[in-house]
Amino acid sequence: MTTERSVELTPVSQPATTPSQTVGPFFALPGGLPWPDGPDLLPPHAPDAVMLRGRLSDGAGEPVPDGLIEIWQSDERGRFAHPDDPREQATDFRGFGRCATGPDGEFWFRTVKPAPLPTPAGATEAPHINVTVLARGLLDRVVTRIYFPDDPMANATDPVLSAVDPARRDTLVATATADGFRFDIRLQGDDETIFFAV
Amino acid sequence: MSTDSIGNPSDRLILPQYERDDASHPALDTPEYFSTSQRSPLRPLQLLPQNLTEITGPVLGHERVGETDHDLTVQHEGEPLGERIVVSGRVVDSDGKPVPHTLVEVWQANASGRYRHAGDRHPAPLDPNFSGVGRCMTDENGHYRFVTIKPGAYPWRNHDNAWRPAHIHFSLFGRAFTQRLVTQMYFPGDPLFYQDPIFQSVRDPKARERMICEFDLDSTIPEWALAYHFDIVLRGSHATPFEAEEDDDDD
Ligand SMILES: [Fe+2]
Repeated sequence: MTTERSVELTPVSQPATTPSQTVGPFFALPGGLPWPDGPDLLPPHAPDAVMLRGRLSDGAGEPVPDGLIEIWQSDERGRFAHPDDPREQATDFRGFGRCATGPDGEFWFRTVKPAPLPTPAGATEAPHINVTVLARGLLDRVVTRIYFPDDPMANATDPVLSAVDPARRDTLVATATADGFRFDIRLQGDDETIFFAV
Repeated sequence: MSTDSIGNPSDRLILPQYERDDASHPALDTPEYFSTSQRSPLRPLQLLPQNLTEITGPVLGHERVGETDHDLTVQHEGEPLGERIVVSGRVVDSDGKPVPHTLVEVWQANASGRYRHAGDRHPAPLDPNFSGVGRCMTDENGHYRFVTIKPGAYPWRNHDNAWRPAHIHFSLFGRAFTQRLVTQMYFPGDPLFYQDPIFQSVRDPKARERMICEFDLDSTIPEWALAYHFDIVLRGSHATPFEAEEDDDDD
């Protein structure tokens, strides 16, 4: 076991966490949240690099130029560099990326395609990337998942993807491009992206 | 806790599960905050089970933190104008456990309420000696500490004569994707709270109080700086899903 319980655990009726507030319009101060290496998860000549690009848009279909997109994912063998992953560990992969959207709402990451993952219930999750979206006008982060178009079999049995409304399932699947994948995020509207409560 | 009775851990994944606290957080759709109208998703959120991707998260180390990142008053040649303050506290989870070695990022307006950002049109002076950006790591007990300048209130165009109460933006990772938190720290007794739809978007008054720091006499530096204390509470984890089942009752 890698987790420990505190010996001084107090009985909690309501888990009194600190509330979320919007990231606001000014997080992109010089030297601030958009790290210089934020969108690039890989060393210069990584052989398995893929480009993940997308656009963040609002309910009017307009680009969101002041959003912050974060991704979290396994490496190409399904490993996380994290002490709470109880499986055999061996990865240096950062797994985390952060990109401020541009004037056209566009964001990008240079990363690897993740691998399938086992679940505690004995199922297998198809390769996916978790996404956090932060922006002015969002009082809390919103979370979505990117799945991949070249995994139709794994996607069909993925416990998360198969539980969502089939009519909206496509909003969670990226499209293939010449050098990787594209995943647009629509915050609102008829083709609103599926967002998750974690 | 022993897991022997439920078989070999290598046969079965045992993952921590992070408790939800929806009552403390603002609704995405908060019409009083005008920018939510085109940006907040309107469809119901789908429940995401907490599997490997959710219970892990970026392990960011000291390589992310520069030498003067914790002291926003020494990042330039001269000293910034304004009231020098120490802001310190602990990052804990809702079980009361400290969150050690986690990255804390802050950003804020200067003493006159102006951000060093091209989009900030508030006609208040920039301070050449203040960037308004800081970072540090919590120590092994979850403690963090910044030195900065007390930020000014600033106007915005949400409604007639709208002003944001003075605040410092905070970004936290915790230990897992589920614990990610972006929030704002406010100062005690601010007369602008009543008209701020962002602060008021947290409907529970007790939860709102958890965003307000406390004056902290013990951390003041005599003849140098006043001090405020601000603890941040992230979601807590149950050790195993099995405990979650038996612990989840009220009490
Ligand atoms: Fe602000």
